Amino acid sequence: MALSDKDRIFTNLYGLQDWRLPAARKRGQWDGTKALIEKGRDWIIEEVKNSGLRGRGGAGFPTGLKWSFMPKQPGDRPHYLVVNADESEPGTCKDRDILRHDPHTLIEGCLVAGVAMGAHAGYIYVRGEYYNEHLVLQAAIDEAYAAGLLGPNACGAGWDFDLYVHRGAGAYICGEETALIESLEGKKGMPRLKPPFPAAVGLYGCPSTVNNVETIAVVPTILRRGAPWFAGFGRPKNSGTKIFCIQGHVNKPCNVEEEMSIPLRELIERHAGGVRGGWDNLLAVIPGGSSTPMIPKAVCDDVLMDFDALREHKTGLGTAGVIVMDKSTDLIKAIARLSTFYKHESCGQCTPCREGMGWVKRMMDRMVEGRAEVAEIDVLEQVTRQIEGHTICALADGGVWPVQGLIRHFRPMMEERIAAYKAGKAAPMALAAE
Amino acid sequence: MDAELSTATEFPQPESFSFDEESLKAIETIVKRYPPGKQASAVIPLLYVVQRQMKRSTGSAWVPNKGMDAVAERLGMAPIRVYEVATFYFMFNMKPIGKHHLQVCATTPCWLRGSDEVSRACRDAGKLGGWGQTSEDKMFTLSEVECLGGCVNAPILQVDDDYYEDMDYESTVRLIEALRRGERPAPGSVIGRQTSAPEGGPQTLLDVPGE
Repeated sequence: MALSDKDRIFTNLYGLQDWRLPAARKRGQWDGTKALIEKGRDWIIEEVKNSGLRGRGGAGFPTGLKWSFMPKQPGDRPHYLVVNADESEPGTCKDRDILRHDPHTLIEGCLVAGVAMGAHAGYIYVRGEYYNEHLVLQAAIDEAYAAGLLGPNACGAGWDFDLYVHRGAGAYICGEETALIESLEGKKGMPRLKPPFPAAVGLYGCPSTVNNVETIAVVPTILRRGAPWFAGFGRPKNSGTKIFCIQGHVNKPCNVEEEMSIPLRELIERHAGGVRGGWDNLLAVIPGGSSTPMIPKAVCDDVLMDFDALREHKTGLGTAGVIVMDKSTDLIKAIARLSTFYKHESCGQCTPCREGMGWVKRMMDRMVEGRAEVAEIDVLEQVTRQIEGHTICALADGGVWPVQGLIRHFRPMMEERIAAYKAGKAAPMALAAE
Repeated sequence: MDAELSTATEFPQPESFSFDEESLKAIETIVKRYPPGKQASAVIPLLYVVQRQMKRSTGSAWVPNKGMDAVAERLGMAPIRVYEVATFYFMFNMKPIGKHHLQVCATTPCWLRGSDEVSRACRDAGKLGGWGQTSEDKMFTLSEVECLGGCVNAPILQVDDDYYEDMDYESTVRLIEALRRGERPAPGSVIGRQTSAPEGGPQTLLDVPGE
């Protein structure tokens, strides 16, 4: 059963209609927002909890629970909502469509989320490269102010709420929530040690919650249609609808909003025109953005696209950026290019990441050539285990997981490459001499 | 200080920088977004203001040392705090670039769809030797960038602020030749796709209330 259009939240995902306020209202946005707000903070959080919504930025943390961490009573410090629109995980381009085609879903969501967490101000941190997208978002915010939907007594519901757009400047690390806060404060985007968590000490030292664009943007529709409606999609604990970005070696790459827990094969064949050359030409899929380890075709045949099913296969739903690779792909090179990415994006704060990402990249570059010893595959695997979990943030984890996935599923391919290199050139070399 | 920061022997740094009227107007709007006493938050937006003003006044979008000093002065920050931000992020050009900045995404999703051909076309048509180079006529600077977040329209070539999508060798050459003639083709998919919808037209969202 495919999701029907009447159950899609992002009804202007492709920009077929106008993004401006009058058209957005006709699509059902900003409908009864005042009444939703008047039901109060506790009701909103309870509904979001009951809907089963988990964060759409990659980690999948329950959203209602996250909001409940904000202090119940306002103290002398203001509360802040911070929206993470620093969409930079390779393979992910869903928030871009929300920003440029359906910005009012996000803006309305910010107001509702602001009420739920006691925040009178929100900042949307948009990645610097999304220049045209940020112009649309700012224009939509201006419209909302002009219509009384934002600002003092927003929507006439008695809650003051200001919303601002802040552009980043091209650093993947700023998608990490505490690095984003540092960047928003005007510093280098280097993650903070936790605790304290942002809900206690966040932006400007004040209680803050950072949420992904898609997470915030689905909330008003959930509140309007009811938690059971959203929870009715997908398997238990994997609720809802989700924007998938299907790309790579498919016939028709696209973004599409689908039901959670849809089989991967159905997702690719129904929406993306199937794998180039047919399903049997599939080699592997990176299921949830670059940080999630790849799965070979045998797993792809029947795996479901949700948090728990993918975790059983030692990978994850991540951001739902589905990178499809057919049998023509040099998988070692595909992963080596990701290693280059993580080396480039390491902020340099933690030694295992700063040194490790470069080391892994250099090793992977040799693996591409086969200029290595078979035993070095084990060394590489062991070093990734030394890096994983030994840094402040998860960038280094995300940097080594793709390599682990390659070794787990395609070690024979790496050994063949080494054997072929040796057959060509038999020069001995030092082990792991990087 | 200036010489160390910029390797000023390679290119001249302007002797002074002051915000023009357009920049001052932009700054006034920007600083209002942040609470009193938190004006350091405006450092990235103000560095963009500097880079845009340089583009307006010299044709090259970059951030000179005196521009960073002007930001520091406006925001009451130590200059080093501005320098470290400007050099941490990748979108500030710390030396002059050509009229158009060709930014080829070469991360895996774009690579799988042929970004090597896009960069080859940039080198051929733009008369560029390699990454980081500026053509002799100062028309183009070529940069390799990491994932631009447009992966279902890969490969992507970002020219200045605009994404050109679903590129290949030929379309890249045509785009660069048009830019050289002073034209500015509409950004987006060069194969006529409706944004991120599948080629051939959307298969979903055909039954949506609204217009």
